[in-house]
Amino acid sequence: MRRGVLYALFVALIALVAYAADWGRLREQFLQIDIAREQFPEIITIAAKNTLLFTLIAFVGGLVLGIVLALMKLSTITPYRWLAIGYIELFRGLPALLTIFAMAYVIPIALEVRMPFGQVGAGLVGLILVAGAYMAETIRAGILGVPKGQTEAARSLGMSSGRTMISITLPQAFRIIIPPLTNEFVLLIKDTSLLFIAGSTIQTKELTTFTRDAQSVNANGTPLLMAAMLYLFITIPLTRLVAVLERRMAKAR
Amino acid sequence: MTGVQEAPTDAPAIEVAGLYKRFGELEVLKGIDLTVKAGQVVCVIGPSGSGKSTLLRCVNRLEEPSSGQIRVEGIDILDPEIDLDKVRARIGMVFQQFNLFPHLTVLSNLTIAQRRVLGRGKTEASEVARHNLERVGLLDKADAYPAHLSGGQAQRAAIARSLSMNPDMMLFDEPTSALDPELVGDVLDVMRHLAESGMTMMVVTHEMGFAREVGDELVFMDDGMIVEAGNPRDVLSAPRHARTQSFLSKVL
Repeated sequence: MRRGVLYALFVALIALVAYAADWGRLREQFLQIDIAREQFPEIITIAAKNTLLFTLIAFVGGLVLGIVLALMKLSTITPYRWLAIGYIELFRGLPALLTIFAMAYVIPIALEVRMPFGQVGAGLVGLILVAGAYMAETIRAGILGVPKGQTEAARSLGMSSGRTMISITLPQAFRIIIPPLTNEFVLLIKDTSLLFIAGSTIQTKELTTFTRDAQSVNANGTPLLMAAMLYLFITIPLTRLVAVLERRMAKAR
Repeated sequence: MTGVQEAPTDAPAIEVAGLYKRFGELEVLKGIDLTVKAGQVVCVIGPSGSGKSTLLRCVNRLEEPSSGQIRVEGIDILDPEIDLDKVRARIGMVFQQFNLFPHLTVLSNLTIAQRRVLGRGKTEASEVARHNLERVGLLDKADAYPAHLSGGQAQRAAIARSLSMNPDMMLFDEPTSALDPELVGDVLDVMRHLAESGMTMMVVTHEMGFAREVGDELVFMDDGMIVEAGNPRDVLSAPRHARTQSFLSKVL
């Protein structure tokens, strides 16, 4: 009875939105088939490809940096701990946009260095720095989640502390943190849209930059709707895939 | 490799002298002297909190002693110069909670340290592992993951894991305390066979029957000290100290 009412309410709400919306204007602003057609194939071969590529680079870079920072924060050597804590607080506290901007424009001028792979490379360094700070905390939690007896058993067998970390602790830690790491990955996919602040060439545009430019050129929102669909097209299969992997691993445990 | 000297052949397997262990304010071991000769089976009993597990864990330095001496096959293991990993590889350790590696198959649990620590090849390590699995009656579980083993099977696999390192001695930290009563027997059988094969063993346990039948010596600990030690039958049937009598009257 109660469920029936809730369902009815839901349907009524949908109907209201559908009725209130100005479909004609929406179609005109966001569903121009001609404009949509013009975006191909570049929206896939450049924009979507770059979004995925940049996400992968930032994720792998962030993961490596995150492992190092997590181990430093767990270290018995006090200066290492302080360094890691300082780093994590700094880059988690700053907006990612500012860090990317700093890497693209401030650091190269201040230190008179040239970042590899041009502006997008500099932007990616910024994204890696931020991703590493977030992932460090996740990885640290994972390492602490592995029971102490695992380390004791490995050390009793004569394994060194480094070998124990690599062969015993980290593999178990990563199983624990697959869900939060998936989350980081999805957040990173969307954070690649911040790379526009570093500046881009035609070849280095990712989805958001590409479609925003297309929006200005055509004075029409259709490309933005396409970007939204493509983001979902990437993220949803990914999260589903991880869910399947997780269930498989749960079985093996 | 430096650090580990060849041990004098006649040195006792384990020699503990004047061992103290403090956790902050709490003094857990208050001057322990204990010798385990090669080939001997020494069982350590006592009420919980008596320090018996801490003593065992000091022998391979899972716990850091506060003061005192520990020699393993004549080597001072508290000497900062020694290669502790090399000493540990010669001392098997079996835990109450098994501590099998859940992300590895049973076979990999048995081969990983052989390969990474002893540097054995894949084929040799597997052969040694299978031989030891057969010894504990688990050859058919080689490809299973630890989660699919019963408690008794897991503990036998853990014993086989230690044996695969060809240790000179084995430490057992309440190996049957986490098991359902009907599974205890299988594990004790494996340990009995091991003792009969001449393995040096130090066993912290609540299994008085095992201590009586298999042990060469029984050590009763209370409040961080060794209260009484001697032939297991004598200690169990005619304890001399009041504290031993009171403990045994509760558990027997």
